Amino acid sequence: MRFIPNFKGIDFFPHHVRLPFMRYRDLAVGLSVLAMVLSIGLFLFRGLNYGVDFKGGSMIEMQAKSGPADIAALRNQLAGVGLGGIQIQQFGAPTDVLIRIEQQAGGEEAQQAALKKVVDTIGDKYQQRRVEVVGPAVSSELRTTGFIAVLAGLMAIVAYVWFRFEWQFAIGAIVALAHDVIVTVGLFSLFQLEFDLSIVAALLTILGYSVNDTVVVSDRIRENLRKYKRMDTIELLNLSINETLSRTILTGITTIVVLLALYIFGGEVIRNFNFAMLFGVIIGTYSSMFIAAPMISYFGVPRDAGATNEKVKTAARKPA
Amino acid sequence: MFYFSRWKILAIAAALLVGVLVALPNLFSAGTVASWPSWMPKSQLRLGLDLQGGAHLLLAMDSDQLRKEWLDSLRDDARKTLVSDAKIPASITIRGNAVVVRVTKPEQIDQAMRELRKLQTSLGSALTGATGTDVEVARGEGDSIIITPTPAGFQQRQANAAGAAIETINRRINALGTAESTVVRQGRDRILVQYPGLQDTTVLKQLLGETAVLSFHEVNTSVSVEDVRQQGRPPAGWKIYPSDEPGGPAYLLRESPVVRGDELVDAQPGFDQQTNQPIITFRFNQQGARKFGRFTQENVGRPFAIVLDGRVLSAPIIQTAILGGTGQISGNFSVDSANTLAVQLRSGALPVKLTVVEERTVGASLGSDSIAAAKTAGIIGGLATIVLTTLAYGTFGIFACVGLIVHLVMTVALMSLVGSTLTLPGIAGLVLGIGMAVDANVLIFERIREELRSGKTPISGIDSGFNRAFVTIADSQLTTLACAVVMFWLGSGPIRGFAVTLTFGIVTSIFASVTVVRLLVWLWLRAQPQTRSLEVPV
Repeated sequence: MRFIPNFKGIDFFPHHVRLPFMRYRDLAVGLSVLAMVLSIGLFLFRGLNYGVDFKGGSMIEMQAKSGPADIAALRNQLAGVGLGGIQIQQFGAPTDVLIRIEQQAGGEEAQQAALKKVVDTIGDKYQQRRVEVVGPAVSSELRTTGFIAVLAGLMAIVAYVWFRFEWQFAIGAIVALAHDVIVTVGLFSLFQLEFDLSIVAALLTILGYSVNDTVVVSDRIRENLRKYKRMDTIELLNLSINETLSRTILTGITTIVVLLALYIFGGEVIRNFNFAMLFGVIIGTYSSMFIAAPMISYFGVPRDAGATNEKVKTAARKPA
Repeated sequence: MFYFSRWKILAIAAALLVGVLVALPNLFSAGTVASWPSWMPKSQLRLGLDLQGGAHLLLAMDSDQLRKEWLDSLRDDARKTLVSDAKIPASITIRGNAVVVRVTKPEQIDQAMRELRKLQTSLGSALTGATGTDVEVARGEGDSIIITPTPAGFQQRQANAAGAAIETINRRINALGTAESTVVRQGRDRILVQYPGLQDTTVLKQLLGETAVLSFHEVNTSVSVEDVRQQGRPPAGWKIYPSDEPGGPAYLLRESPVVRGDELVDAQPGFDQQTNQPIITFRFNQQGARKFGRFTQENVGRPFAIVLDGRVLSAPIIQTAILGGTGQISGNFSVDSANTLAVQLRSGALPVKLTVVEERTVGASLGSDSIAAAKTAGIIGGLATIVLTTLAYGTFGIFACVGLIVHLVMTVALMSLVGSTLTLPGIAGLVLGIGMAVDANVLIFERIREELRSGKTPISGIDSGFNRAFVTIADSQLTTLACAVVMFWLGSGPIRGFAVTLTFGIVTSIFASVTVVRLLVWLWLRAQPQTRSLEVPV
């Protein structure tokens, strides 16, 4: 241990500063409600760009054996096969293309027949890199499980928070979490990013990260509730957010840096997944401070009014 | 207070050693690992199909067909028990999801009930917890008896069919090569086939696409198919079979075959010596050979039909009696299709038709590209984390980085130990786990700083920093764990792989980021000169 140099880290954070988070709670909650309403509207009227997992149909990733892929030529080739909507787009490198065939009428076997037709039409100038075919039965099952998974994740978390904290905290958590999920889904609808099974995994992770943040703040609120029995609730919530702010920012930065590395270098296949996580971590950090804590203030917290004893006096002497 | 006993340090060191040893094989190739001494752990992380390339096919059994076949055999059994054996005349038909029996003489109905109850098979089994029988026999309207399959009975049928199908699939796949494929049942009526390394699934799908029920039938030469079609109804016991060739002639064949394909013992592709066309040669077992021999002896000069999956492959004229039990099938074969059919015949018929309901194939090149990309992202993300943590928390930050490396090693060790599969989202989960493991240390160090700011002495500040942060860490990790468990429970494929790595990441982060870092801090404290002006490097 002697050969490890002793040096202090950079405590970049001005700890005496108290930012007035709670002063803007109505504004923040108002904006978030607006964002949620917009997201739900987008989801209902614009819909999601479902991937083959949820929509059914086929997807083929192909790589040109020599030179860049000629998308125009592929389009011409596939225009005449009569399989309805076929989307062709470049995917990552200029040699790679992604071809989507919409779900064919006629059950499970029709999807396989459509895939074979497209592959045969394209011929051997291209090499298959990835094929995904999901029939109607499986896609509808995956839609159901995906939805249930997010809902069950939400419930599991809320149950835990309720068990460990007061019910006001559980409401704060559930509103914050629902907000994160709804706004992320809204973003996917707005940009029409492909929404598939991996995005459901991302949503669940966002839930996990966001509740992690909410629990850290809630933990501090609970601790401060015991410590400063006479402090005004709003002031106490504000103090708790401020006290945990350095941790919130530092953890947020490290997680975001890691996710950025994954987003930039992690490859085309999981880019949307990483994008969802990146956005979710940011929105999850925001919601713990600006949604979960205000919810607690709206519903009030049980203050032990009768406990004006020695402990309170000693606690009050400490600098706030 | 802040103290580690000798046995505790030993226990931590032992856990670390075991972790490193278990994780070690992942750094080497499988060949190198195989040559290690026997006491070394050798299990490596299995790569998911999205990383090593391969095919994933989800097949669905045709439940309607299973149900129909069951009703057919129930009807035949009822007829045999009642009419042939007990000599109780009755009309027996299938109506909807039941077999309806009408006895001709109403006074025999009680006797008939007793006879038909013999068809019931008890399902009672301590293992499955199922009780009751596979079919219910009850009185219907008037003088009828209704035999209805029970749901539990049907589930058992499905299970049996799935088991038999898996066996057949395994035999067929093994004929393709020696890859480590897995074939497992999923849910009630699904079978999952995973075949690493396979890129072109055409052959595989062909192998699995046909049930390959082969049978040899007597051909009716006295009535033409055209006449039957005009009359609208074939004679009892006869049925029209279409040709396998598109546009080929249909045949009127006796419904119950002379010999079935399950009496084949071998089938091999070959070439006809005269025409040089691909053919399949086959051999019957003793019983099959005897039946086939007797039939050909009695029918020299007349045709017989070879039927595959309900379609007539060919209907050659019997030249001489075939007594040796061998023969050949010619048809419209290519070399490949003769080969595939021979494999299908050898491996036995599938008990039920299978349809591909989900297919995911990843080429080996894409898999290795994904691994390379994940490696780059992991290294860059890891380095960035190390730099950030060291900058923010100084010497203690270095301890945290050691904790992170321990975290990574232990997670990989746990995954190798239980033999879980690493998928692409799994790698993302691993990297995210690093990010979240840092959080534990951030919580601890921020807390220590806070305690020190409030005027605590260095040692008590460090101590209460660890203790107080632990409550928060446990709460936040447990909630994330709840999420991961839900993902594992409900998820399939990519979600599940992600949930596994996330879960292991959470479990190890308590050990790595709390226990190991705490030990390092304690060792550091012990090494400091005993002065009052101790500076905490955080």
